[in-house]
Amino acid sequence: MRGITKRFGDLVANDHIDLIVEPGEIHALLGENGAGKSTLMNVLYGLLQPDEGEILVDGSPLKLKGPADAIRAGIGMVHQHFMLVPVFTVAENVILGAEPTQGGPIGRLSLDQARREVIEVSERYGLPVDPDAVVEDLPVGVQQRVEIIKALTRDAELLILDEPTAVLTPQETDDLLEVMRGLKESGKSIVFISHKLREVKAVADLITVIRRGKVVGTAEPSAAPSELAEMMVGRSVILTVSKEPARPADPVLSVSELVVADDREHRAVAGVDLEVRAGEVLGIAGVQGNGQTELVEAIMGLRKVMGGRITLQGIDITTMSTRETLDAGVGYIPEDRSVDGLVKEFTVAENLVLDAYRRAPYGGRIALNLGGIAASAREKISEYDIRVQSHEQPISALSGGNQQKVIVAREMSRPLKLLVAAQPTRGVDVGSIEFIHNRVIAERDAGAAVLVVSSELDEVLALADRVAVMYRGRILATVAPDTPRDKLGLLMAGVHD
Amino acid sequence: MIEPGSPDKGPAAPPALVKEHRAAPRRRNLWQLFREEFWAANTFMVTFLAVVLALVAGAIIMIIADPETRATWSYFFARPGDALQASWGLVSEAYANLFKGAIADPDQWNRWFWNMAPWQQALYPISETLQYAAPLALTGLSFAVAFRAGLFSIGAQGQATMGSIAGALAGFLISAPGWLHVPVALLCGLLGGMLWGFLPGWLKAKTGAHEVITTIMLNYIAFHFLTWIVIQKGIQDPSRSDAISSKVDETARLPLLFDPSLRANLGIVLALLATAFVGWMLKRSTFGFELRAVGANPDAARTAGMSVAATIILVMTLAGGLAGLGGATMVLGTAYALTPSVVGTIGFDGILVALLGRARPWGVLAAALLFGALQAGGNRMQSFSGISLELVGVIQALIAIFVAAPALVKAIVRLRESRTGGAAELAKG
Repeated sequence: MRGITKRFGDLVANDHIDLIVEPGEIHALLGENGAGKSTLMNVLYGLLQPDEGEILVDGSPLKLKGPADAIRAGIGMVHQHFMLVPVFTVAENVILGAEPTQGGPIGRLSLDQARREVIEVSERYGLPVDPDAVVEDLPVGVQQRVEIIKALTRDAELLILDEPTAVLTPQETDDLLEVMRGLKESGKSIVFISHKLREVKAVADLITVIRRGKVVGTAEPSAAPSELAEMMVGRSVILTVSKEPARPADPVLSVSELVVADDREHRAVAGVDLEVRAGEVLGIAGVQGNGQTELVEAIMGLRKVMGGRITLQGIDITTMSTRETLDAGVGYIPEDRSVDGLVKEFTVAENLVLDAYRRAPYGGRIALNLGGIAASAREKISEYDIRVQSHEQPISALSGGNQQKVIVAREMSRPLKLLVAAQPTRGVDVGSIEFIHNRVIAERDAGAAVLVVSSELDEVLALADRVAVMYRGRILATVAPDTPRDKLGLLMAGVHD
Repeated sequence: MIEPGSPDKGPAAPPALVKEHRAAPRRRNLWQLFREEFWAANTFMVTFLAVVLALVAGAIIMIIADPETRATWSYFFARPGDALQASWGLVSEAYANLFKGAIADPDQWNRWFWNMAPWQQALYPISETLQYAAPLALTGLSFAVAFRAGLFSIGAQGQATMGSIAGALAGFLISAPGWLHVPVALLCGLLGGMLWGFLPGWLKAKTGAHEVITTIMLNYIAFHFLTWIVIQKGIQDPSRSDAISSKVDETARLPLLFDPSLRANLGIVLALLATAFVGWMLKRSTFGFELRAVGANPDAARTAGMSVAATIILVMTLAGGLAGLGGATMVLGTAYALTPSVVGTIGFDGILVALLGRARPWGVLAAALLFGALQAGGNRMQSFSGISLELVGVIQALIAIFVAAPALVKAIVRLRESRTGGAAELAKG
């Protein structure tokens, strides 16, 4: 792949990416969520058309109009979310889209042939699976195997595995890595997408690290985990936030022995203790998927707590609803603004009061005060420098940075005891980043406790007065922000001395 | 994505295009702007054309269905005049009757003017239209409210049925003076519908049961409950052997608006009030804000501290209440007694009405008036032109299809893409 560029609106998801995969190579693509890995692979699989750049297979350029072209060129893909029909058998799923028939294109379906093909492929590559099993009855790991078989029966020479381990148990993960090694030995190439260092190091021949849509470098699997972690979270942009030293006062948020499950009922947060005091910023660093999201959602009452206690200025908020938590003086910038932070059909003014519409002067128990909402919207638009034509404009017409400023304005325009900011500047332009960072610090200086969670190490280091490193659901260590980066990198990779 | 004046944007094309659009209309005068916007593919135009296209399709069906007219087409190439004349005669007379039955019959107005007929005759078509429109507006609002909260409630039929049962029972089992009896009976209708709306809402909130399934099933239960209850002792009219209940007391009947000979009643006033209420609620109430947020993005609503479950239960209860009121107005306003078909299909028609009104309260009222007019006019079309009333049902269904498939209308009439800027400019003058 040469010079691949893909834009979505004004977001550049892939910025002139070059990628070369040799035959019989496992090539790992490492990067945070949203770094552009999946976009790149969707381009390679023909699901997206690149704005610039070209794809070459065996040296000759290829125009991919859709996945059918990619399959014909010997490219197969296993998506993060399986593309299987749950009520069909394994054999039926494997032939789906290329059904072998007897007697012309509308002849009788030849299921026997399909079964034979499945058995043959599964034996050749060591992928045991029962061709007559119904897919929905199979464990996730086996379903994934079906996807791989499906690609192999289409004579794929290059397999794209998009975050294959995200849905697997540790045992299934080990099995998959074994399968990948076997495939490599029989001459197949694999592009392996992941943000988990351990797996990548275990199986890859070459690692390409992508960050914010750009290739930041390639590394051998022998590279130190800390080096890889650093590449992933980056240090290219130097963020500076001018701030006075913190003057921490009494503890505001205390979390003790917190246990929280993720959507798959695994323990994502496995006994976290932390304390944030008034007038300080506690930053949580770590590679994504180590329990940060679940921790924040538990604090906000959005996720059930399985064990432990959360208190706000001594008041137990462990089982409080989200509304009660917000009313208790907590501000929340959610990780994913388009899903959790904004209603895209609503106007800017409506989004500015999304969690405050019941408070004066925006409204009461029964009615909204549209005049009050509009007046305050105009005020906030100028105060927070939100670039809009009018507060009546739908929020979806705004750029990412301005959308994020709407959330920041909403959360910070009421007196806060605690501000919880998850990925406060993800997908935001540099100017807005600076603005938002200064606002966070201003909130700290006004006496609020601030908890910042970010996968951008720079951001955590720029904002935090203390940095807690999270790994596999635990806080591995709490260090000062001037700790050397290599030490932080080691901590983020789970190495603790 | 559009952010004029932002310096940090790349050389993306869309903002530039928009600027061109914004700048262009200023040079045109208002009439040109109006004409352009009129023929652009905006919501109003698509809706209007859907009605026109449905009437055209209805005309074709009429021609095919009428044996005599059809016969003239068999020698079309010999004497095309015959076929065209016969077809035109048939269709124009039918639609003229539709208009006369729905809005006004010029003859009657003329006769009234010359004192040859009472004014009631002249007002009769309007009265009929209003009478049919009232319950449709209420069931339409019911669907629209749920729809705005992201719920696809098919339950207005059952809710209206329960409302009619509760309203009728209160109408003949309780005796009270008129000023009290009517509100009590309506309230019972409201509560009956609310119960039937609460159930699917509660099931959805607590167990995730899909509202489409539960509301359809509750429709069956309500319908069969009605057919059972009308033949029970104390409910069934003792002088009748068929499935019909006692008549509701005079005191519980909705007051007529104009005259005892005209059927338009308090129902249309209720529909108007309900429309105003829903309009206010969606735009200006705290609950409406929650409702719209939950409908558009439940995740963000939850994150903002709203209770999605409580909102769903409340919305469904409210939607049920509106439909229940619709059922009650039918039994207390026109039918006066329960029969298994007392509410007709107002629940399902309400879905079409809400669709045509784009789930906006005043749009729903307008659509209900249109459907009421088609119903009233269809009656006259049937008796005067011999066109079956079912054709009205076909036309209503076709309108709904054209509205639901705007791309089809745009393709048939070849509308231009709407200039989003143009409408705003026009609105501001």
